[in-house]
Amino acid sequence: MENKSKGRFGIYGGQYAPETLMRALNELEAAYSEAKADPEFQKDLEFYLNEYAGRPSLLYYAENMTNDLGGAKVYIKREDLNHTGAHKINNVLGQALLARRMGKKKVIAETGAGQHGVAAATAAALFGMECEVFMGEEDTRRQELNVFRMNLLGAKVTPVTSGTGTLKDACNEALRAWAARANDTLYLLGSTMGPHPYPTIVRDFQSVIGKEIKAQMLKKEGRLPDAVIACVGGGSNAMGAFYDFIGDKSVRLIGAEAAGDGIDTERHAATMTKGTVGVLHGMKSIFLQDKSGGIMPVYSISAGLDYPGVGPEHAALRDSGRAEYYPITDAEAVDAFRYLTRIEGIIPAIESSHAVAQAMKIVPEMDKDKIVVINLSGRGDKDVYSVARYMGVEINEK
Amino acid sequence: MKNKNRIDSMFEALREKDKKALVTFLTFGDPNIETSKKLVLAMEQAGADLIELGIPFSDPMAEGPVIQAANVRALKHEINLDIIFKAVSELRECTQVPLVFLMYFNSILSYGPEKFFAGCKDAGVDGVIIPDLPFEESDEIYDLTQEYGVWQISMIAPTSSEQRSKAICERAKGFLYCVSSMGVTGTRENFSTDFDRMFAMLNKYSDIPKCIGFGISKPEHIENLKKYCDGLIVGSAIVKTIAAGETEADKIDGVKELTAALKAPLM
Repeated sequence: MENKSKGRFGIYGGQYAPETLMRALNELEAAYSEAKADPEFQKDLEFYLNEYAGRPSLLYYAENMTNDLGGAKVYIKREDLNHTGAHKINNVLGQALLARRMGKKKVIAETGAGQHGVAAATAAALFGMECEVFMGEEDTRRQELNVFRMNLLGAKVTPVTSGTGTLKDACNEALRAWAARANDTLYLLGSTMGPHPYPTIVRDFQSVIGKEIKAQMLKKEGRLPDAVIACVGGGSNAMGAFYDFIGDKSVRLIGAEAAGDGIDTERHAATMTKGTVGVLHGMKSIFLQDKSGGIMPVYSISAGLDYPGVGPEHAALRDSGRAEYYPITDAEAVDAFRYLTRIEGIIPAIESSHAVAQAMKIVPEMDKDKIVVINLSGRGDKDVYSVARYMGVEINEK
Repeated sequence: MKNKNRIDSMFEALREKDKKALVTFLTFGDPNIETSKKLVLAMEQAGADLIELGIPFSDPMAEGPVIQAANVRALKHEINLDIIFKAVSELRECTQVPLVFLMYFNSILSYGPEKFFAGCKDAGVDGVIIPDLPFEESDEIYDLTQEYGVWQISMIAPTSSEQRSKAICERAKGFLYCVSSMGVTGTRENFSTDFDRMFAMLNKYSDIPKCIGFGISKPEHIENLKKYCDGLIVGSAIVKTIAAGETEADKIDGVKELTAALKAPLM
């Protein structure tokens, strides 16, 4: 056996996982490389992506927004139109097919806001698998509707009380649970994070986004865009949108991360702006941590970006200068949420609103012959309550 | 010549007498540093041959609920590696029992690996168990462990393949931490692992001392498992006892009593 770390992106990535998980990770790696090379698997995946999830998603020319901002031409990649309302389904269908191929009848998942949990529960319902979703207790209260949705889909939602009772603790608990039952269970990890091979698997399954953007853009405009903008929490929608463009140096790759109340306050989740190198959840990457290496509590209005780390490939893209990352505050995200809703009639997820906000900053400064693509990772129906709360509007459905 | 590592001396001495080691654990700083120091000395007095000190961390991925809760309690006060090294140096004035840190890699990375291993050597820490630094990533600190004579204790799980176990055995130092069953730390009623097969394989590749841990809480467990290995590790059961004691004296008495009971089958 060669003594060498696997799954590295620059200095990041690797497999910082307990010995009790190494066999499961090695089996997953082997199963994935076989599946990746198997045309049958790819055909199955394409079938479910197209016939079940509704791919390819539209690339929409946002004419009103373009005219209003008065700079570059704005296109919106409509991942919000996928089944279950976000890009999460792309990865979940891939991993659930992998579970089926590996003979695993049970799946587990972590979730923050509940989008990945709902997607995992959906795939489990589709493929007749038993599904358990770990969700921070705090988040189960904030996202009661998604908990009910997962229950309707047949999944068991287990509230996690350890630590801060949020997404990072749900990840810890899912990893702990997997260590105990990897023999019959696959962990459907929701973002481009965790120990190798997850960051690679999730990126590959999400890379359909960037491939479609490229083909659709070439068809509509006969050229590549000048920038692709996406929000970054763990980083799966951004990685999916960026990946096919990494070799195309003329395309700026721009990530928008959650600055909460602001990067100079204690309430934010701006890992790229304020984080340092560390190890958590099986990977070396950038994390928000105190001076003793304790992982810090994070905050964002967006539960999907409320994570103290970032995927290792993003950390490497930042170091190499290939991608740029900027913080967007709650206030800017809510403005963008309202803006896109009014100007295009598209209600974006509060996560995706961070990408919209970043576009609103740079588009006006770009020439009119430039083209920007915003990856709209999800729809915003789920966020209507929290935006209302933020705006001080009371909604009573009872 | 370098001083001999206390872990190695301890196991050599026990093997000569054909005895097995009792390894005990506590989360350092639970409920506070001063009590932890007294508990370490109490465990040694009651028969512990090696003591693991859990270094509090915000996200202890390999721990079950009992030790997770101990981490939360320990983190309520200011605690960091400088404070812990100082406490260990003070302990070293009263005891030569082998001391091993159990900690997560981020704490080492954040402190600085070189400074960390130098600190271990200076304070008198003999080894370090890092659940989230498996064989694949161990090169990151291997040279430092050799340079400072502070061993990284390797772990083996029931699911570790033969090829992998061989590679781990070949580089193992101090002792092998053999995980009794899958999952996280915490007490279990019984064990389904085929220890005959597991230890026949491990003994083929290395005669390094081997200890079984995860789930061991009672003298009966120790009685049943001691034939396979060189030592038994008890963690959560002790942490539970510490948490249950109302006063410091209760905690110390409880831990002494439990340690002595666990030691009995090894006398």
